[in-house]
Amino acid sequence: MMKLEAIIQNSKLDAVKTALHEIGVEGMTVIEVRGHGRQKGHTEVYRGREYSVDLIPKTKIEMVLADALVEKAVQAVLGAARTGKIGDGKIFLSRVDEAIRIRNDERGEGAL
Amino acid sequence: MSIWRRLAAGLITSALIFAIALSVSAQSSTAADMNARLAKLEQQAADAKSSADNAWMLTSAALVLMMTGPGLALFYGGLVRKKNVLGTMMQSFALIAIVTVLWGLFSYSLSFGPGNSFIGGLQNLFLRGVGAAPDADYAATIPAQTFMVYQLMFAIITPGLIAGAFAERMKFSAMVVFMVLWSIIVYDPMAHMVWGKGGLLNASLGGLFPTLDFAGGTVVHVTSGVSALVCALYLGKRVGYPKEAMPPHSVVLSFIGACLLWVGWFGFNAGSALAAGSLATSAFVATHFAAAAATVGWAGAEWIRSGKPSVLGGISGAVAGLVAITPAAGFVKPMPALLIGLIAGIFCYWMVAKVKARFGYDDSLDAFGVHGAGGTLGALLTGIFAVSVVNPIFKDAHGNILASGLFEGNPHQLLNQLIGVLIAWSLAIVGTLAILKIVDITIGLRVSEEQEVQGLDLSQHGEEGYYWEASA
Repeated sequence: MMKLEAIIQNSKLDAVKTALHEIGVEGMTVIEVRGHGRQKGHTEVYRGREYSVDLIPKTKIEMVLADALVEKAVQAVLGAARTGKIGDGKIFLSRVDEAIRIRNDERGEGAL
Repeated sequence: MSIWRRLAAGLITSALIFAIALSVSAQSSTAADMNARLAKLEQQAADAKSSADNAWMLTSAALVLMMTGPGLALFYGGLVRKKNVLGTMMQSFALIAIVTVLWGLFSYSLSFGPGNSFIGGLQNLFLRGVGAAPDADYAATIPAQTFMVYQLMFAIITPGLIAGAFAERMKFSAMVVFMVLWSIIVYDPMAHMVWGKGGLLNASLGGLFPTLDFAGGTVVHVTSGVSALVCALYLGKRVGYPKEAMPPHSVVLSFIGACLLWVGWFGFNAGSALAAGSLATSAFVATHFAAAAATVGWAGAEWIRSGKPSVLGGISGAVAGLVAITPAAGFVKPMPALLIGLIAGIFCYWMVAKVKARFGYDDSLDAFGVHGAGGTLGALLTGIFAVSVVNPIFKDAHGNILASGLFEGNPHQLLNQLIGVLIAWSLAIVGTLAILKIVDITIGLRVSEEQEVQGLDLSQHGEEGYYWEASA
């Protein structure tokens, strides 16, 4: 099992979600986050005072996948979230030791 | 043939008129009876005017209350950080309650009761003698009680404006004591001087320096704005200011608040005609034009200087224009009102964006930059643009109308306006400093640093504006 975390542009959430559903991903968690990579922030001005905003609003999608589905999911996210400009985001993959379904104690990939 | 017909018709008509006249004169056979009927008619006409005026004045009173809650509460509440939204709104709301109690007990009497040049007496203590009968010196067509409750709404919002300067760092208890003392020491005397019978600055009831202040440029905005500056300087900066970013947590709330202020201001300014006639219309129009021009002025200046016209700039400009037109509303024509607004929008933007940064004081929500600066500007411009055709306020001993402002040929009025402004500044500075000192050495003014970091909502009120653990 692997955990896929994708940080994407807010506007790409629908496209990514649809692409993931199409390849058979059944569950995901979506979080509104703020952060920055290489993308520069912007300035906001309130009554003449400038504030630089370098933590930019992004959307983070998390899901734990059966090994067989990981590469397909990566391709789905890449295909749906890419605009080719700075700020498109990142994908992180990591191993997951165990998954447990709270409803019935089911464990492993069957719990996903 | 037709001549006879006409003659006959004329005869019949004459006979009819004669018969009606006979019956009328039979009904009111004596002159005394006629006079009684006339007096009754006059009374009915007066009652009708009184009812019309009273309807408008009660509406205006409600509009002015709406300026404080929710208008000002939303405007200020949106400008602070999330953790202080309730604390800031509570300052406005608490004043509605506290000032109302004071007003009933003694503040109305101190402001509008007969007294000396500086303060009213105790004749109307506990609202004694303030009932259905009009007080002809103030407003001859509405119950004295209507005048009293209308003026109360001004006494509420004025200290509320000061709260913008010490936002996010003053103890609630200290705020309450400060505001009680401020109402008595600064507001009541200033209201009496400008609007009270025999007040030093009263323009129509025998003041020594007749100052034109239609709806409270000096009484409301100069006193509150200057006191705000004194508070900001005395209390010092917020923890982290100006290094830490402290942007408004919700310009959306401020936007709604500003729009409510704009509408409420019609009650404030047009209501200050104290009747529902053409003077109210004139003040209404001047108010609206000034607010619009000031919006253009502030947002335009900002657009040129920083590249974008902000929403906060637009609504701040509107408020600045409303402040500046307040003393002038019932004295100027629409085009000068437009000009006053435009100047105020640009001037207040400069005060807030440039002057504040230059001197480094933490007037958190710009109570001085908008109300102190805009109020002073408006009071002086009133002396320039006031004309007697809008409001014949000055008359000679024979009742002839005299010129009002500088442009109409009364340069002396500008001096009177300056005196009025200087007295308002002086009273605000001395009074506020004394009160701050008293509160500081007795119960202390500021929350602890720990409480300030935590926010006023939790530390002062034990609540949160946006409860994060919302259950489904």
